[in-house]
Amino acid sequence: MSIQVSNISKRFGNFVALDKVSLDFPSGELVALLGPSGCGKTTLLRIIAGLEQADSGSVILEGEDASSTHVRERQVGFVFQHYALFKHMTVFENVAFGLRMKPRGQRPSDSVIADKVHQLLNLVQLDWLADRFPAQLSGGQRQRIALARALAVEPRVLLLDEPFGALDAKVRKELRRWLRKLHDELHITSIFVTHDQEEALEVADRIVLMDHGHVEQVGTPEQVYNQPATPFVYGFLGSVNLFHGRVDEGGLKVGDATVPHQQSNFANGAEVFAFARPHELDIVTDPAATKGLGAKVVRVLSFGVSSKVELDGSGSATGQHFEVELSQQEVQKLALQPGQLVRLLPSRLKLFERTHAG
Amino acid sequence: MSTTANTAHLRHQTRFERNAATREPRWIKWSILGLSLGFFLLFIFMPLLAVFFEALRKGWSPYLHAIIAPDALSALRLTLTIALVAVPLNLVFGVAAAWLIAKFDFRGKQLLTTLIDIPFSVSPVIVGLMYVLIFGANGWLGAWLQAHNLHVIFALPGMLLATTFVTFPFIARELIPLMQAQGREEEEAAVVLGANGWQVFWHVTLPNILWGVIYGVILANARAMGEFGAVSVVSGKLRGLTTTLPLHVEILYNEYNFAAAFAVASLLALLALVTLAIKSWVEHHSAAQQINAPLSMEKTS
Repeated sequence: MSIQVSNISKRFGNFVALDKVSLDFPSGELVALLGPSGCGKTTLLRIIAGLEQADSGSVILEGEDASSTHVRERQVGFVFQHYALFKHMTVFENVAFGLRMKPRGQRPSDSVIADKVHQLLNLVQLDWLADRFPAQLSGGQRQRIALARALAVEPRVLLLDEPFGALDAKVRKELRRWLRKLHDELHITSIFVTHDQEEALEVADRIVLMDHGHVEQVGTPEQVYNQPATPFVYGFLGSVNLFHGRVDEGGLKVGDATVPHQQSNFANGAEVFAFARPHELDIVTDPAATKGLGAKVVRVLSFGVSSKVELDGSGSATGQHFEVELSQQEVQKLALQPGQLVRLLPSRLKLFERTHAG
Repeated sequence: MSTTANTAHLRHQTRFERNAATREPRWIKWSILGLSLGFFLLFIFMPLLAVFFEALRKGWSPYLHAIIAPDALSALRLTLTIALVAVPLNLVFGVAAAWLIAKFDFRGKQLLTTLIDIPFSVSPVIVGLMYVLIFGANGWLGAWLQAHNLHVIFALPGMLLATTFVTFPFIARELIPLMQAQGREEEEAAVVLGANGWQVFWHVTLPNILWGVIYGVILANARAMGEFGAVSVVSGKLRGLTTTLPLHVEILYNEYNFAAAFAVASLLALLALVTLAIKSWVEHHSAAQQINAPLSMEKTS
């Protein structure tokens, strides 16, 4: 089922949680709402579910305005961050709850309910836990039971609020892969909220980046990572080196240093933010070099496929911390020593007009 | 609510006690223990013992006579009647108020929370006087009540009102922190799964607060049976008609009928002891539930 939200605004007292947000969630996709805490992503999810009432704007489910439809009738599945399993019920009863609460006429018989519950527990691979209580399960197991419970009522959409937020790193990775697989099997329109960019990039078909109640960018993981639309998106996805500068004929002037750049749509004299990913900075060890930002090597971290070099630019005009990612061979070739003075040359720079970011 | 904290605390405490590095010197431990036990013996246990001692001083026969005297029996009946009406009333009110305060946001929530505490902070005698001022012969509604031949003051309705007022906060006070700690997530989950308001309350909210409700009912009941001040003002103490057990004890005592007074007092004390026993059983039971949960949580994952 497709979901549209149009012009949704929501305030809590003086705090603006959502400011005229309009989005389109196509049928069958797995979409991530990504953003820092307080950006309004959970509020938006709860408004779609009907657990929160928007101040203005509307939620359209499958072409029908559902703004005044009660949560009960929206047929959404909601998975809570802390699972919200019913503590006093067994796993079986938790999953059966939605079916047992149906009005008498629509309520399936006990044997149908039992079949359905076991089928769902098999789907989440936890059939053997049917008689346990939630307190006897691990976090990952609870999350999967919460998902089975949400699926029991055959929801038209599945909404997940920080589904892996409370789990440790390893279980989290496992569940991520599992959720992706489950979605590929069920093809139910799903939206999940996360503040973890890696999670969003890895799992989602499409990512909605939010900040301060606004939508910053919508796109596939490749699009938002490779072509960030705003400084916020650039800074939020992956690590980044940021510096301020002014565009002139020779390139970008940062303090008294000059660096080359490829973007030509800026007038001379424009004040800009410049972004470079750690792998987009080259280290020049030649002391005679004049181009590039001056910096001092602080630490070389060589583990994994690539090495990280931390540099301190406090000697030069930028006065800030830099992070550069190099291959192991390059690091060996450069033979960097802590304290060594080098210059940084960006191979790719993304510029944003300074007024743009406020 | 206190039981939850207790159990986790207890487990920590035993570990703390066994460790030489964190253990207090023996003499400190024993003097604190001695102080509190001594206080308990002197001010609580001895008076209680004295009641039973005085009651049985002249033997079992006068004791039984005092208890099965018609006035005493009617006082017992009246006490139980009042408790039987006041406690269920407050059960309904208390659960409703706690639900409102813990699960919803509305204007005036703080005011309602404060209002619930009023019966705790107002002297019971004042409570009685308030009702006399409203329903008494010269009170605001006195003339109207007389015209319709309705008796509130110096009759059962007045005593019910006074007792209900005094036992007002027990159940609500017990449930509000419990329900606040539990949050709204389980209820929200139930609604999303299609449950209606009544189903949410019956299948999700109530099972989660059941032990708190029972605990509150026991406390409210103990107070309803033992209430003296407020009831004494509105009852008029018509012997055999509007005397509850505590009032009956006072009447007997004022008549220098000490043995009978203590006999009836011992009956009241017995009711209190039974209540206490049920209360500690409930505490034990809910504590056991609380212990199971965190322990099994630790071993998995």
